[in-house]
Amino acid sequence: MIEFSNIDIIRNLLIATQWTILLSLAAFAGGITVALLLTAARLNKTPLLSIFVRIYVEVFQGTPLLMQMFLCFFGLSMIGIEISAWNAAALSLTLFTSAFLVEIWRGCIDTLPKGQWEASRCLGLNFLQTLRYIILPQAIRTALAPSIGFSVQVVKGTALASVIGFVELTKAGSMLNNATFEPFKVFTFVAIIYFMLCYPLSWTSKFLEKKFNASR
Amino acid sequence: MLNFSDLLPYTDQFLKGLLTTVELTLYSTLLGLILGAVLATARQYGSSLLASVVSVYVELIRNTPFIVQLFFIFFGLPSIGVMLSPWQAGMIAMVINLAAYSTEIIRAGLGTTPKGQWEAAKVLGLSFKQTLLRVVMVPAVEKIYPALTSQCIIVMLGSAVLSQISVPDLTYAANLVQSRNFRSFESYLITAGLYLLLAILMRKAFNMIGRRVFSYRVTK
Repeated sequence: MIEFSNIDIIRNLLIATQWTILLSLAAFAGGITVALLLTAARLNKTPLLSIFVRIYVEVFQGTPLLMQMFLCFFGLSMIGIEISAWNAAALSLTLFTSAFLVEIWRGCIDTLPKGQWEASRCLGLNFLQTLRYIILPQAIRTALAPSIGFSVQVVKGTALASVIGFVELTKAGSMLNNATFEPFKVFTFVAIIYFMLCYPLSWTSKFLEKKFNASR
Repeated sequence: MLNFSDLLPYTDQFLKGLLTTVELTLYSTLLGLILGAVLATARQYGSSLLASVVSVYVELIRNTPFIVQLFFIFFGLPSIGVMLSPWQAGMIAMVINLAAYSTEIIRAGLGTTPKGQWEAAKVLGLSFKQTLLRVVMVPAVEKIYPALTSQCIIVMLGSAVLSQISVPDLTYAANLVQSRNFRSFESYLITAGLYLLLAILMRKAFNMIGRRVFSYRVTK
């Protein structure tokens, strides 16, 4: 058995943490992109598109992220599409993130008074101009805090990538546990690292929420 | 390409797994919400020491992944002498998780209670406990009911991770079946469908309970 000192354990965990951060960033960037498209589709008022978005949200919010990951990883390769653990994790996290972000943003856009749309139309602004100059600047203010708040769920969601064999923080923790037989210590370190990644995001979200609410 | 008929012989496995998931969800929702209500009360009205202990607990749980909490409880606790079965460990993890989130949600509801309500209740001679249970808690929960129900559904979906410590839940059944007949796509697709069904049914059930419990307000 190889001896691992505390420093060795922490160093190995921190190396794996890079992948947790990278996967979180990829998932969040992907999630934002897809959610933007879905939000645009929903604002379009075409019944078929908005039904599609509704079903999309229902499916990805109503099924476990783990199952989505299994479907992307084992499922896709089963029907002939070879996919790496990284790609499967990034793909499923993107789908999962976008389903929640589109709902969050829908709420933020819906809280704006209808009159704003009507007034812009009276002023002769077209749909895109209305979005660009009237709706988005206000909606982004309200959407910022809950979106950052949701990024905590994304970081925590990346932990499930360990189950399909992607070596990030949780997987590294499991592997170190198997090597050292010190689960209490190893998983405490793992939890502390996750906390240090997530807490600043939670705090920022709470801070922004207070700041924007106070200015109303 | 897709072949679902290979899954038919395993209907029993899926049903057993589904039952375990339902059971876990039922117990953890009940216990988690009760614990959440108690902790929310402690954080809102308790001494500052008690309030900060609760808030440390809430922040620790909310800022770490469920699967790490589960591994910590299942693999970590035995090394300090607390032996747990997979079912017990999974149950504890779910309750602890839901309690942390529901504490925050219920506290938000409690915060909306006007001071005058407390004062009026005191004038009427109600004790703290009576005021809390009969005057404050019900309207508070009513306000945050949608958020609370969503959180319960999220915890149910999160329970899929329990399969990783060999709790024989729905996901465990899916893994078992696909390892026997190699129909992983079909197996996970059906399982995802079952979870979706469960989530929709849970929402419906919560809505029904909500209408029943809070009906005196709806009819007014």
